[in-house]
Amino acid sequence: MNYKNSISIALLLAACLLQGNVKAQLMSKAVKGTFALTHATIHTITKGDIQDGTVVIQDGKIQAVGAGIATPAGAQVIDCTGKEIYPGLIDAGTHLGLSEVSSVSLTEDYNEIGDLIPEMQALTAVNPNSAAIPVTRVNGVTTVLTMPSGGRFPGTAALIDLNGYTPDQMYAGFKVVVLNWPSSGGFGRFDRRSPEDRKKAEEKALKDLNAYWDQAKEFAALDAAAKKSGQPRKTDYNPAMEALMPVVNGEASLLIEVNKDKDILSALRWIKEKKAKAILGGVSEGWRVADSIAAAGIPVLVGPVIDLPTRPSDRYDAPYANPGKLKAAGVKIAIRTMQTENVRNLPYHAGFAAAYGLGKEEALKAVTIYPAEIFGVADQLGSIEKGKRADLIVTDGDPFETKTNIEKVFIQGWEVPMDSRHIQLYNEFLDRQPGLKK
Amino acid sequence: MKQLFSLIFILSASITLSWSQPSKGSLLIKNGTVLTVTKGTLTNSDVLIVDGIIKKIGKNISAPKGVEVIDATGLYVMPGIIDAHSHIGIDVVNEATNPVTADVWVGDALDPMDVSIYRALAGGTTTSHAMHGSANVIGGQCETIKHRFGSTNPNDLRMDGAPRTIKFALGENPMRVHGEGNGIIPRTRMGVEEVIRRAFSEAQAYQAKWDAYNKDKMKNPRALAPEYSRRLETLADILSGKVMIHCHSYRADEILMLMNVCKDFGVKKICFQHVNEGFKVAPELANFGAYASVFADWWAYKFEVYYSTAYNAAILTRNGVVTSINSDSPDLIRHLYHEAAKTQHYGGLSDDEALALITINPAKQLGVEDRIGSLEEGKEGDVAIFRNHPLSVYAVPVRTIIDGVVYFDIDKDPSDIRVSIDPDNLPTFQQYTEEDRCMDGVFEYLFENR
Repeated sequence: MNYKNSISIALLLAACLLQGNVKAQLMSKAVKGTFALTHATIHTITKGDIQDGTVVIQDGKIQAVGAGIATPAGAQVIDCTGKEIYPGLIDAGTHLGLSEVSSVSLTEDYNEIGDLIPEMQALTAVNPNSAAIPVTRVNGVTTVLTMPSGGRFPGTAALIDLNGYTPDQMYAGFKVVVLNWPSSGGFGRFDRRSPEDRKKAEEKALKDLNAYWDQAKEFAALDAAAKKSGQPRKTDYNPAMEALMPVVNGEASLLIEVNKDKDILSALRWIKEKKAKAILGGVSEGWRVADSIAAAGIPVLVGPVIDLPTRPSDRYDAPYANPGKLKAAGVKIAIRTMQTENVRNLPYHAGFAAAYGLGKEEALKAVTIYPAEIFGVADQLGSIEKGKRADLIVTDGDPFETKTNIEKVFIQGWEVPMDSRHIQLYNEFLDRQPGLKK
Repeated sequence: MKQLFSLIFILSASITLSWSQPSKGSLLIKNGTVLTVTKGTLTNSDVLIVDGIIKKIGKNISAPKGVEVIDATGLYVMPGIIDAHSHIGIDVVNEATNPVTADVWVGDALDPMDVSIYRALAGGTTTSHAMHGSANVIGGQCETIKHRFGSTNPNDLRMDGAPRTIKFALGENPMRVHGEGNGIIPRTRMGVEEVIRRAFSEAQAYQAKWDAYNKDKMKNPRALAPEYSRRLETLADILSGKVMIHCHSYRADEILMLMNVCKDFGVKKICFQHVNEGFKVAPELANFGAYASVFADWWAYKFEVYYSTAYNAAILTRNGVVTSINSDSPDLIRHLYHEAAKTQHYGGLSDDEALALITINPAKQLGVEDRIGSLEEGKEGDVAIFRNHPLSVYAVPVRTIIDGVVYFDIDKDPSDIRVSIDPDNLPTFQQYTEEDRCMDGVFEYLFENR
């Protein structure tokens, strides 16, 4: 590189730095390297809190964590005196990346046509450049389960990290087939069926579900027989059956979306009968049947927490108190928002759950280590431990508290820019130029 | 005779119904942290309410004889929260049959038995602006209500003396309902302007006819009165400043459009509702003297809110626009204290600035700032008491008081609060799906009845 070039590059860099905050219409880049975050209060989640501690990030992993740790040569040292470090928060249920503008149907990618389409892959449709992704991660949420919705088997959800330019770069190691449990309840204002008609529809839906399940079992049996004989399987192209095969074989989890008390009980009976490896999602009336869920030992993705009660007769705080009541009964829970553009409110959903009975410590686990365990990725995510993926956040206080600032976010060891459309618009318009005059 | 008795009975019953005043109470709230909003924060202080009015705020106030004392030690005492945009406590939201429906009034459709009112109380919200929906460019008139839950009399909800207001709506909602839905103007933002200008011009002509008649009838006993129109009468009242516009709006261009129309017709009072792109024209809003009532962080649910920012309230506040945070939702109205706290995360507003967004500022926007919206002697005794600071995510409302009467007490919260239990309508499970209550009732009208 010649002298002239290096000067112009330096000038360009300086110009970028000066203008970065004012005119940034595009996101700046994430940075990878060796980082030493020093003098911080580290909330490891699984191994207590460390005062005046250091976290070393290298090759995308947490290379060391503790007090009095030497910083490796060449590491970028970030003084975190007075700051707190938490694992990145995990939202156990969203449509993030699958929907851009919810009233514009062609930007919605979570609801495909068809009732029995477990093969539809949410990960395929994740838009890594969705404007909502930076908006979410600057609030401390680094990983989300993003879900299809709609019919009986609407597709396969995927766990994604909120950094990367392709779905594969974002993929965080867990997929799960979603089942919307046959509901005996109403579907809102448009549902004007009689109670008898609802019951009939529920019974038929359950019958159809069981028939479909049996079909998948048969398919799996054919597959097993073919494998044993070493001959190719003589079945037509059937991606739905392929997708269900590991589920009916009990090798893969099944996420059952269910809310009404009666429906939760019927789902629990079904899970036992089918010996399915199930996770329950939603569970807004879980508090009514918490003991039964606990007895069945089925984990629950609960939420949204900041939401209305399901019945006019319910206490006003039923959804706020639901996670605490489930936990008290002995249910393993992870909290979710079921949001798209406002997944960033996950810390507040956890905060409300904490205030209404769950307590701060359990609420923190319900957005970190518990979802990681439920999704089978606790060796990688959910706590600050040596060898885990470096998904963590640096804050100036309690991450649930509304006024707390998230100061730095690391995802897969990348330091992501603390920038988003909302921040860019703030910088451009706080003191608009030109102002009132021409 | 029997008939006469029943007639007397019916008459007296209806007189009692319409004349009975909602109850007013006396209370002494002792030893709390009093967040007055307008006059600072007072520690270990008391608030005395007598006959529904704040009599005294200070230290060591002793309770007059027979007045109940609430121990607020360790608790936070703030003005009852005010929501400048909601649709609770009403039977219907939209009269979506014409782009202009200034003749209808939400006050004719109050539903005192809506449990949403109690749920709002349980979130510290004591007053809300029950609004017409956003299906029409010029919608119906609205009603400011106090959440006096427990009565079956709709009149008990009204905040008597609150100024009249009317709902306007710009952008996608009226365009979708009337242009796309019915093939009539407006299908574009050009059409929206045309509808308003036409309506205002017709109102001017109507008023001129009535003015001429009123002048004429003094000397001409045979003068014929012009035809009465409640729609035009209401529009004329907007032009004369008797009715304040509360306008659903999102985009900067349409916000500027309405300010220009209002300038041309001499209308000075506007509160823009939602106004997601208000931050882009904050200097113009401040210069006009327009108010803004916004969401804390809603965006991306339709295209006209895709280029939004959660820093909207902070930018508007810093530019000198009187701003409030509203709910437009039976859920959000239960935690407006939390919505207001988000402005501390997005834009670093101070405690008093954030609290003003849900108290004194919405009071100004509803024209009732001399009566409610802050804790001051002489104001009405509407109070919310919290465990933990109301701007903390861990805040829990514990008591909510209107006119000195306790309407919500967390220690006496019954498991089923409904006033009227209809045996044909037993509690059923219901998933709430609608995002935008502003459009309540419109889809049935558009897609089910045709």
